[in-house]
Amino acid sequence: MNLVESIKMALKSIKSNKIRAILTMLGIIIGVASVITLVGVGQGSSQSVTEEIGSLGTNLITLSVNDTESVQLKDDQILEFQELNGISEVAPVVTGRINAKNQENTAQVSITGTTASYLSVRNLILSQGRFITDMDDELRQKVVVLGSTTADTLFPYENPVGQSVQIEGVSFQVVGVLESVGTSLGTSGDNVIIAPLSTTQRITQSTAIGTVYFQAESEDYVNRAMFQVQGVMTTLFPNSSDYYSVSSQEDLMETMTSVSDTMTLMLGGIASISLLVGGIGIMNIMLVSVSERTKEIGIRKAIGANRKSILLQFLIEAVVLSTLGGLIGVVIGLGVSKLMEIFSSITISYSPSVTLLAFLFSLLIGVVFGVFPANKASKLNPIQALRQE
Amino acid sequence: MGNPVIEIIQMSKSYELGGETVKALQEVSLLIHEGDFLSIIGPSGSGKSTFMNMIGCLDKPDSGDYLLDGKKVNNMKEHELAGIRNVKIGFIFQNFNLLNKLTALENVELPLVYRGLSVKERREKAINSLERVGLGERIHHMPTQLSGGQQQRVAIARALAGDPPVLLADEPTGALDSKTSKELLEMLKELNKRGQTIVIITHDLEVAKETNRIVRIHDGQLYENGGDWFEPSRIYQNGTQEYQEQ
Repeated sequence: MNLVESIKMALKSIKSNKIRAILTMLGIIIGVASVITLVGVGQGSSQSVTEEIGSLGTNLITLSVNDTESVQLKDDQILEFQELNGISEVAPVVTGRINAKNQENTAQVSITGTTASYLSVRNLILSQGRFITDMDDELRQKVVVLGSTTADTLFPYENPVGQSVQIEGVSFQVVGVLESVGTSLGTSGDNVIIAPLSTTQRITQSTAIGTVYFQAESEDYVNRAMFQVQGVMTTLFPNSSDYYSVSSQEDLMETMTSVSDTMTLMLGGIASISLLVGGIGIMNIMLVSVSERTKEIGIRKAIGANRKSILLQFLIEAVVLSTLGGLIGVVIGLGVSKLMEIFSSITISYSPSVTLLAFLFSLLIGVVFGVFPANKASKLNPIQALRQE
Repeated sequence: MGNPVIEIIQMSKSYELGGETVKALQEVSLLIHEGDFLSIIGPSGSGKSTFMNMIGCLDKPDSGDYLLDGKKVNNMKEHELAGIRNVKIGFIFQNFNLLNKLTALENVELPLVYRGLSVKERREKAINSLERVGLGERIHHMPTQLSGGQQQRVAIARALAGDPPVLLADEPTGALDSKTSKELLEMLKELNKRGQTIVIITHDLEVAKETNRIVRIHDGQLYENGGDWFEPSRIYQNGTQEYQEQ
């Protein structure tokens, strides 16, 4: 008996018990569909994170100070960085949380105290007005630039530019509003107020510069620029390398990619477990099927089916069930991903290799979990099997 | 008289039942020739079923030899026995034992599928076989759409499809009414006239009487028909002495 015959026979037997077949396949369908969807979600988020970081500019170098007690960067020290080769812009940043108020509208936002170069270093775009200038910083002007969300909160009905806001009881003039940058890595970039560095230091009563952003002249200079920043920091703060870190966007990208890769692996792993459970379901049903069809096995054996034929018949039935389930799962998985992409903001990336892998895995599961029941069927004694009603 | 088809020489078989050893067959010997129409008759518990399983190559004897169509089968492995059953034996069962999910044609084709024939070849043979039992019009019916007599004819067609040297019928009329039984026996007779060797296992003397030769089985031993039911069969001893018909 050849393979085509066996497959035809298996299909016939599956067709004669459709509801059971569908229920049996359900485990595999859900397993394959969830593997495809969840891995798609994982890879999609990894992809969007990479794109987001990329959009911030690959020339960006970040110096972040973990311990502002041990490493106290002063304004004049910042100037040293400006003279470095390969660095085009330097933007020191002081941050804090403040209450902003415009009449009855209030907002708890983070304030970013920085200099004029911040705009270009962070690739920000103004929707109206102007950005902070170096003059504002020098003269400790009480001016602010609002993030788009902050602007909407404080000035729901009017143009904020030219208006004033109360920050910690002090009146500031709004000179510009930023265009929305969207949510990046879980935090909104629009819920901010940007003020001159000197002014912010006074408002938050902290002179500690927590972060300095540098822009390398080009991507090729990033590594050299990082090295130079490190060098300056070592000279300024010897033996304090544990208290600050210098990183490029590439480092961040690598970290984020590895995080989302782990997430993808985890999601895929969980989904694979459901695939495995589906396989056990197939085994369960196949065992029931074998005991139900004992008589049939007896008849087949009496008229000349050998053990191999019976084994093959039941094994192929299990494989056909799991493969059909796998195929339906692929279709549903791709469909669900597509729907999720349309109806939610989640980025989902299709991976042909994962789809193929999930499908092949379902096939393998059919073989693995089909062997035991098929072997049981093939070993039945024909005399006893025939006696069964 | 034709060549011997079945040669059973001092075959024994015992099995355990509830802790007791039952000697189902005690050194029985039997010779069946090509073209024989023979019945083996006995009450339940006589060893009849065991003997049928032996003849049908469904079971292996503890001792003794069995030559089927010139081939020694008593030492064969399970998969070899399956092949022998497929080629040498046509089974007809009491309750037809058709697969209800297959059509008449597919049922008849089944042994040929296991033989590995091509689709065309086995279709031809199966249709031919169904025509021989007068069911040429109903080849695409499901067994449940057929009467008992028709189902048994499908079973006969299935048994005949592979042109086996021996047709082995286990209580073939057991599930049929008397009129249908008669028709069926007529059909078997007709087949025998055309040279088909047929062995019927039955407990029904009326059925046995229709055959040309009656062998009685009692307590695991065989007795040949010869006026007295219990006259020992003139069996050939140790396979050396040629069996003589009366």
